[in-house]
Amino acid sequence: MSNFFTSSLGKKLIMSLAGLFLCVFLVVHLGINLLLLSNDKGEVFRVAVHFMTTNILIKIMEIFLFGGFLLHIIYGVIVQIRNWMARPSGYAVSNNSQTSFFSKYMIHTGVIIFIFLAIHMANFYFVKLGITTPLEGGSNPVQDTHDFYNMAINLFTTPAYSIFYLVCMIFLSFHLLHAFQSAFQTMGVNHPKYSPIIKWIGNIYAIVVPAGFAFIPVYFLFFYN
Amino acid sequence: MNFTLKIWRQESASSKGRFETYKISNISDECSFLEMLDQLNEQLVDKFDKPVCFDHDCREGICGMCSLYINGRPHGNDSGITTCQLHMRRFKDGDTIVIEPWRAKAFPILKDLVVDRSAFDKIAQEGAYVSVNTGGIPDGNAIPVPKVKSDLAMDAAACIGCGACVATCKNASAMLFVSANVSHLALLPQGKIEAKERVTKMVAKMDELGFGNCTNTGACEAECPKEIKLSNIARLFREYYVASIS
Amino acid sequence: MSEIKSKIPQGPLADKWTTYKSTQNLVNPANKRKLDVIVVGTGLAGASAASSLGELGFNVKIFCYQDSPRRAHSIAAQGGINAAKNYQNDGDSVYRLFYDTIKGGDYRAREANVYRLAEVSNSIIDQCVAQGVPFAREYGGLLDNRSFGGAQVSRTFYARGQTGQQLLLGAYRALNRQIKAGTVEMHNRDEMLELVIVDGKARGIVSRNLVTGQIERHFGHAVVLATGGYGNVFFLSTNAMGSNASAAWQVYKKGAFFGNPCFTQIHPTCIPVHGDYQSKLTLMSESLRNDGRIWVPKKKEDAEAIRKGTLKPTQLKEEDRDYYLERRYPAFGNLVPRDVASRAAKERCDAGFGVGTTGLAVYLDFSSAINRLGKKVIEERYGNLFQMYEKIVDENPYETPMMIYPAVHYTMGGIWVDYELQTTIPGLFAIGEANFSDHGANRLGASALMQGLADGYFVLPYTIQNYLSADIRTPRISTDTPAFQEAEKSVKERIQRLMSIRGKHSVDSFHKKLGKIMWDKVGMARTKQSCTEAITEIQALRAEFWKDVRVTGTPDELNPELEKALRVADFLELGELMARDALHREESCGGHFREEYQTEEGEAKRDDSDFMYVAAWEYKGENEEPKLNKEVLEYENIKVAQRNYK
Repeated sequence: MSNFFTSSLGKKLIMSLAGLFLCVFLVVHLGINLLLLSNDKGEVFRVAVHFMTTNILIKIMEIFLFGGFLLHIIYGVIVQIRNWMARPSGYAVSNNSQTSFFSKYMIHTGVIIFIFLAIHMANFYFVKLGITTPLEGGSNPVQDTHDFYNMAINLFTTPAYSIFYLVCMIFLSFHLLHAFQSAFQTMGVNHPKYSPIIKWIGNIYAIVVPAGFAFIPVYFLFFYN
Repeated sequence: MNFTLKIWRQESASSKGRFETYKISNISDECSFLEMLDQLNEQLVDKFDKPVCFDHDCREGICGMCSLYINGRPHGNDSGITTCQLHMRRFKDGDTIVIEPWRAKAFPILKDLVVDRSAFDKIAQEGAYVSVNTGGIPDGNAIPVPKVKSDLAMDAAACIGCGACVATCKNASAMLFVSANVSHLALLPQGKIEAKERVTKMVAKMDELGFGNCTNTGACEAECPKEIKLSNIARLFREYYVASIS
Repeated sequence: MSEIKSKIPQGPLADKWTTYKSTQNLVNPANKRKLDVIVVGTGLAGASAASSLGELGFNVKIFCYQDSPRRAHSIAAQGGINAAKNYQNDGDSVYRLFYDTIKGGDYRAREANVYRLAEVSNSIIDQCVAQGVPFAREYGGLLDNRSFGGAQVSRTFYARGQTGQQLLLGAYRALNRQIKAGTVEMHNRDEMLELVIVDGKARGIVSRNLVTGQIERHFGHAVVLATGGYGNVFFLSTNAMGSNASAAWQVYKKGAFFGNPCFTQIHPTCIPVHGDYQSKLTLMSESLRNDGRIWVPKKKEDAEAIRKGTLKPTQLKEEDRDYYLERRYPAFGNLVPRDVASRAAKERCDAGFGVGTTGLAVYLDFSSAINRLGKKVIEERYGNLFQMYEKIVDENPYETPMMIYPAVHYTMGGIWVDYELQTTIPGLFAIGEANFSDHGANRLGASALMQGLADGYFVLPYTIQNYLSADIRTPRISTDTPAFQEAEKSVKERIQRLMSIRGKHSVDSFHKKLGKIMWDKVGMARTKQSCTEAITEIQALRAEFWKDVRVTGTPDELNPELEKALRVADFLELGELMARDALHREESCGGHFREEYQTEEGEAKRDDSDFMYVAAWEYKGENEEPKLNKEVLEYENIKVAQRNYK
């Protein structure tokens, strides 16, 4: 068992479990984000934010969430470095084998998502902690460090940020298109009947969730008064 | 048919390699890829040059000795075959063909296109066997094996140990090879007894020898001459997890 | 040199092996550790012998020229392995398997050996199943069988079309287990080039590390050759490119007798030759003859039209087809033994009924089987073979009949061994295809795998102990002794001589020329004249080789040209011995067909009164005629008769 965490297979399992956990988190996150769209000056949204930032259970889950992110990222990087080391000198002709396209670029999409995550944290979570300050200016003045509603609206009404956000969601989708079904394969789930269903669910998830996130800036750019 | 060949030449394991370009003409389309290389070597010997070294033996797709990374694909541009089963009719007249050795840290180049794949043997020696001595064995029909399981075991056992899975994997991972060995024996009652020990030791050896990890790209499955399935890798994972937690 | 003594145990046939085992000398476990055994070759015979000896506690060193022991050419055997299990309840027995094998070998094999082979055949299946060989099974979970040529029972066990691969991997696994346990030391890419004899006994080998070119000396209390057959003497054969006779030939030159060198098996179902650049012939499993029907056009004009491409075989009406095997041999039909099927194909093609562009091909047709059983069943049975055919020939065998033609496949001849599998050099053993012992003048399908594994798992591990038991006081001999030094010197000189010729022609060009002589003159049909010519032509070619061969590179590196040159040099001598043997054997039997000796119906005509013996050739020196020794074959349990498959 002690070797399990250092073995290639153990690392992969941890990565995939952490990844699937993050997938669950994304759904919750999306659910809250969609509340931004309700036409009530952010009332429901604020209630939700208040719940998420104060509830003790959520606080505990937050630790797990950070753990999930850390494990997924750290193990991902370690695995990638080892994988690069496994082929010190490459081929002159790049590989033409039939592969699942997105699987080849997981580290690249992963890095983009990581950058997004860092910016995203600086914009919201670290503001709450008082590490960073919210974006200056904007149409809606931010009332306090817990005023995520106005922070979000300020950002999403900035076209540059919204486009950046949209692009990141596309990359998130790319990442998830491979990640979701790959996680099941790594957990050892591969069945002639059920794997196609998992793949199908994975594809829907990988499109619907990022699309859900992406809809919000689109809404604020084009439909918000 | 006429071809331009760009071939990796390397004197020895320690020396630096380079690509050399050769022209070859009047190749019949029924000729196999290795027979085309034979003809190139005849040309080279004619000029007192050193022929290109490449591994090959049975030339009927079963020994697993031939390798070659041809235009970006191990065993060339066809599926379910080894290089010796690749025929020149798969190319177009006048094509430029780039031929490289398998590249992986665990498969060092010995000369030209010849690599050392003894890492596979080392992994197999860790436990890809059933610990039975010769003799004193029960009757062959003493333990019935469901046909479905036996067929799956055969699918996995078809592995020829050529290393195309490692060669094509962007991570130079040996997971398909290891999983084929593990799956084959884990599926049979005879192999089940030592399954836990086997998978643990083989995975540890695979890691130690410097093969990369699996990122489920599926390239190995696409290039395997014996079309061994990714489901074997999933079985390897399962076997390994079970062995680790119990 | 030694007398021919076959050392067959006394007593009734069925008890001989049991008697031998219960009275032979054994080596106790403590002494086994002190004894070293060298095994050359990692095929079915070599790997199974080395692993079994390792399990017993001997120190084993095993050698192969390939990069891994798993590559040995046993891997290419497709069809299956025979055993007298009688699981099908169709009347099989040890005796029947024994009888079929002797008869199939045209009464030129040793009774006692063949009986032992049939006896241990059942244990092989048990052993392989225990190792995890995924043999084909029926829905009830029990082992499945199919039928093969030369037998009227279903006794062939198989693993799809990859039986040889699966059995070899079984032996490879057993070998790996011993390598891990430290009882077997593996030397891959390491080729034996010379035998070392100390005080008249085989005591080691000199080998060349194929990667570094270094010449190595290895000591062993006994040496076991499991180096396979010499079919590559014909250049084009179903053997692997590297399969060679050098180890066998070197021990012959050191005093081991060579048995029946002219007995070569021509396999009837190979993919026909298509060009002069061709390097190898691909076999299509004999199992295809279970469901495939062999035919050529009845009318010559149809055959001509097909050769020109103006007529398609599928257009030919049923009544215009000549199913010549079914016509000539109604009882066995398409499942006659290999030699009979091959000759019948040659007869039709020589008579002008052949198909394909060269006219050297016949059809193997599955259309009636597909109609009868459905495409799915045929696909299940032969799918991978059909796919292989399509990749090579670019024709779909489900739609148009396959084309096949005979090709050199297996050599029944080999190093002469006694009942203990020991050669005429004490301490030197030969197992598997490398020896001559069990198949007589023709091998039945699915018997090679059986023999290789029988020798390696169940025979040699016993008999070698009978020899080694006298050696327990012999300490390991230093490899610095004169015998080793001399052997190394002779190897180095041979290499130096080859490298320094720097002639005009490549090694392959000589090999191809030799192959052509062998195929044309000592091939499927031989005559006194053709054999005589072959001897002169080979001698001339050999002289030219040593004057004009070009070996590029240096001896101190990975140098395939040098490897080939060393092998071809030996083939050039072996070819002559084969021709000599074929010339002296003035009869037709099994794979040896002398045109002068045939019945009115064109069947092989044996001469039992003059030739019922094993020709064991003894080397007498360079450019000296070898001496013929005869081991007379006595059949006490079988009534010798003309083979009849009608």
